[in-house]
Amino acid sequence: MVQYTRARLDASFAALSDATRRGVLEQLGRADASITDLAEKFHMTLTGMKKHVRVLELAGLVTTEKVGRVRTCKLGLRGLAEEAAWIERYHQLWEARFDELDKVVEELKRKEKVDGHKKRE
Amino acid sequence: MDTRRESEATPMKNRTTVERKSDRELVVTRTFNAPARLVFEAWTTPELFKQWWAPKSMGMFLRSCEMDVRVGGRYRLVFGHDASNPDEFFGRYIEVTPHSRLVWTNDEGGDGGPVTTVTFEEKDGKTLLVMHELYPSREALDAAGTGAADAMGETFEQLDELLVTLGTGASVGQS
Repeated sequence: MVQYTRARLDASFAALSDATRRGVLEQLGRADASITDLAEKFHMTLTGMKKHVRVLELAGLVTTEKVGRVRTCKLGLRGLAEEAAWIERYHQLWEARFDELDKVVEELKRKEKVDGHKKRE
Repeated sequence: MDTRRESEATPMKNRTTVERKSDRELVVTRTFNAPARLVFEAWTTPELFKQWWAPKSMGMFLRSCEMDVRVGGRYRLVFGHDASNPDEFFGRYIEVTPHSRLVWTNDEGGDGGPVTTVTFEEKDGKTLLVMHELYPSREALDAAGTGAADAMGETFEQLDELLVTLGTGASVGQS
């Protein structure tokens, strides 16, 4: 979980380091918008805006959905929180499993040591 | 860290990491203080596997566990305290390389199940375990996440029920 969060935070901070992308988030906070809308609002080319949106999307800050020929962008924070919650549960499960596996492996190690001594005798 | 633990026989617990590598991939890593062959043995011997795959701390109970660990061999795990409402997981091993690599399918969910690859990498007597799950689509991974969350919810509900049952026989909360 720690690593997961850190990777996500890195991506989020990188995404937020750009003034245009912060502006896009602010804009999407008010209302969902298409990439064309955003490009116009920020006086950018469509390609340029697509790149910014992609960075925000990868950071989990924005989600996009294509309906027909229009790609609509919206804030993705809720999705991020939900995903983090289930990853956290998954992490708990595997941590619990591996803690038990440690015990099994320690027991195998101990047995092997005993057997090894026997063989050498 | 609790320094007193250092003098005990139990080595310090290693860290488990979980990362969603891409839309379709989930990666779990963990180091074990033992050679790869022992970790592999614990993963491929049913009697040993049963001891750790369903941790009691998670309220899980493994009813039965059949594993035919060889290429093409099948496995079937049945979970749940309630025999009339079992939770089954099954699939087939598609790669078995002793002490280093295991690959299996997860077929209980139909086509949406991931392919799981586990590698055991030994270095200086320790083993780095990497478990990689590749889902057929982003939607399948998302659905699995929701499913896992639901399953966990059910587990806690079972625990709630158990606590209620225990509560009717004796006063709880005094222990």
